[in-house]
Formats: sequence, structure tokens, C-alpha cells
Amino acid sequence: MADFPAVFEQPELWAIVVLSLQVSLSAVGFATLAGLPLGAAIAVGRFPGRGATIVLLNALMGLPPVVVGLAVYLLLSRAGPLGGLGLLFTPGAMVVAQTILILPIIAALSRQAVEDAWREYDEQLRSLGVEGLRAALTVLWDVRFSLLTAVLAGLGRASAEVGAVMIVGGNIDGVTRVMTTAIALETSKGDLPLALGLGIVLIGIVLVLNAAAFLVKEAAQRRYG
Amino acid sequence: MILPLRLEEVSFSARGRAIIAPLSLELGAGPSTIILGANGAGKSVLMRLMHGLIAPTAGRVLWSGPNTRSKQAMVFQHPVMLRRSALDNVIYALKAAGIARHERERLAREALSEVGLLAAARTPARVLSGGQQQRLALARAWALHPEVLFLDEPTASLDPSATREIEAVIRGFDASGTKVVMATHNLGQALRLGDEVLFVHQGRLVERAPAERFFRQPGSAEAAAFIKGELPWV
Repeated sequence: MADFPAVFEQPELWAIVVLSLQVSLSAVGFATLAGLPLGAAIAVGRFPGRGATIVLLNALMGLPPVVVGLAVYLLLSRAGPLGGLGLLFTPGAMVVAQTILILPIIAALSRQAVEDAWREYDEQLRSLGVEGLRAALTVLWDVRFSLLTAVLAGLGRASAEVGAVMIVGGNIDGVTRVMTTAIALETSKGDLPLALGLGIVLIGIVLVLNAAAFLVKEAAQRRYG
Repeated sequence: MILPLRLEEVSFSARGRAIIAPLSLELGAGPSTIILGANGAGKSVLMRLMHGLIAPTAGRVLWSGPNTRSKQAMVFQHPVMLRRSALDNVIYALKAAGIARHERERLAREALSEVGLLAAARTPARVLSGGQQQRLALARAWALHPEVLFLDEPTASLDPSATREIEAVIRGFDASGTKVVMATHNLGQALRLGDEVLFVHQGRLVERAPAERFFRQPGSAEAAAFIKGELPWV
């Protein structure tokens, strides 16, 4: 363990960190684009099967990453329905898997935030003659700091999971190796300094993200009540 | 002019339970009307039916003129403020009512000044005290210059001094020619602010009378019991 601090000088370590962030941030971007409107629509909409949809969405927050990985693997494999895209064992496949994994988290958490606000605002907005899309946008804007928490929860989940990226990415050195899969591999190989170094960076990123989310919400609470 | 407002055999029930029994009445412009009754008597529901927030199960709510939405306003028991400044909350309402952009800020400032909140114009609305938020809700209604203002127990969760301030603003509305329709279970408030009383009991309109006469000589046993404080509280 004497060479432990030296692992932070290896360009290899930082290449892995950068790829991890690229994959997870892309997945969060796509999942946010789809998840926020989906969550808001379920929060505000009244349709048959709404209760079941909410239960399903909440349950999907606990999707096991390996199962998502397996499903995406079957979709993208040569014989699968989307095999022609040639995405398997590329960062693109990892983005697809993580997007599916965190979409329910972002949709379910934003559904909750929007619905709570909607219950409060609905009558007042209708009294002012504000309805439909305009009312939805007003509420989304008013709960924007809660939505940030939902998005960061998704990012935390994406950057910390191993199973999905391992299966669809294949943990190929320099191509699809991210922090979590590298930690798993290096630990089994006995290269503990590198595994530990990556672990510290990973925890550091998750900590910084959560601290940022906390501070933004605190500031918003003080600023806007 | 959207008044008079007519309710024709209006009833409302939820989950099979009748909340408002078939009821007909006409509200004209002029003196303020107090909807008085115990908690759960149906005051709020009756007011929401009039304001159009809920649709009657049967019967019709008829206004006399067009564009009824922009000519009426409602202040709720718990004011709902958007997460923006006091001024911007009023401007939001003006925008929703279709007021031209260059007019909005001036009208909003006038309304804030009317309720004594001009100094707090830039303060985030949700940081204001309960009484201030309720005054802001009144300013938001004032800025729209509604023909009819509905007030649903506007002081039920306020302390006596905040209540006095709110009542002063409501009297200002009344003096400016807005028709004030207020629900309350507070007898003192009904006497202070009401010109006529609609007494509601268990979803029925039991009595309609000038306030002074209602309190001196109630025409129904229920109203007499309510005034004496003997009415079972549900």
C-alpha cells in the first residue's frame, strides 16, 4: 500500500473517472428530459389506471441494475431486436441501460413533488383563470428545487451502480471501463491501491453532488420560502 | 356587469352524500353578503359552486354577463402564494387576467399600497407572516378590480390584530363598490362586516335576512341556537 497516493497521478485513473461521468451525466440528461414531463403528466392527469401506474413507477425505482443490464443486453445483442445498431459493449449501450435504470427514479420523485404542489395550487390557479399547460408550467417552475433533488438522486444511482454497465459495457479497458466496474475488477486482481483510489474519487463525487443539492435547496428555502 | 348571480335548484353531493341540498337564490350588486354557519355546514362548498371551482351535481349557476372569470376573485382561508416576490405574485394574477404588460407593475404597486404592503414588494411572498400573506392575497384580488369578491373564512387562522387589518381591507373593498361575499362562522365578524346574512345549516339555506335583524330576531330555531352557541358543532 506504500504507493497508494501515487495512483492519483496515473492518467489511467482519471480517464476512467471522465468516462464514468460522461456515461452517467448523459443518462441523467436523457432520463430528465423524459422523466420530468412524465412525472408531471401523471401528477396532474386523471386517467383510468393512474393508481396502478404510480405503484408501478414507485416499484421501478428499485429496479435491480443487473436485471436492467440483462434486458438491455438481450435487446442490443447481435440476435436481439436492436442488434443492428451495434451498440453492445460501447459507452452508448451503458447510457441506454443507465437511462432505463434511473428514468423511474426521476419520474417518480418529480411526480410526488408536482402532485403535492398541485394539490396546494390547483384551486388558486383556477380561481385566477390559469389552467392546462400554463398551470402545469407554473407549478413545475415553483417546485424546481425539489426537481433538482430528483435529478441528483438519479445521478447518484447512475454513478454508483455496477451491474448494468458491467453487462452491457463489458468492462473493456480504455473503452467501457468505468469507476465501479474497474473497482470490481482491480479488487479481484489484487490491485487494491487503484481500486481504493477509484473508490475514494467515487465517494467524493457522490458527496459533492449531495452537498451541492443540499446547499441549493437550503438557499432556495431561505430565499423563496 | 356579471351580477346578479342566480343559483337555480343547485345541489352538490360527493360520494353519495348530499353536501348542498337543492337551493335557489339570487345575489345582486350592493351590500355585502355573509354566509354564516357552523363548521361543515356547507359554506365553503356553496361559495366554490358560486365561484365555479366545482360544478353542481344538479341545477344551474347563472351569471348575468360574459367573461365571468376575470370579473370575480376569491381569497381562501389559507393563502396560496407562488415562490416569487410579493409584487410578482400580484403581477402574475394581472398577467393571467390579460392585463397589458406595461400596466401590470403600476397596478400591482397600487394594490400593494392599498393593503399596506408596498414596503414588502420585493420580499418573497412565502417568507411573509400569515397575516401579511392574507393581505397579499387581498391585494392580488384588489389589483383585478373584481365585480365580486369571494372570501372563504379569510381570518380563521389569524390572530386578532391581523384579523383587524384584514377586516379593514375588506371594508375598503366594500366601499369601492365590489360585491363582497364572505363565509364565516365568526358571529362578531358577521356583525362587523355583513349587511345581509345567509344562514346555512346542514347544506340547506335556512334563513336570509339583514344582518341587524338576523342577530336581533333570528327567524329559525337553528339560527337562534347557533347565535346562542348551542348548535352542535358539525
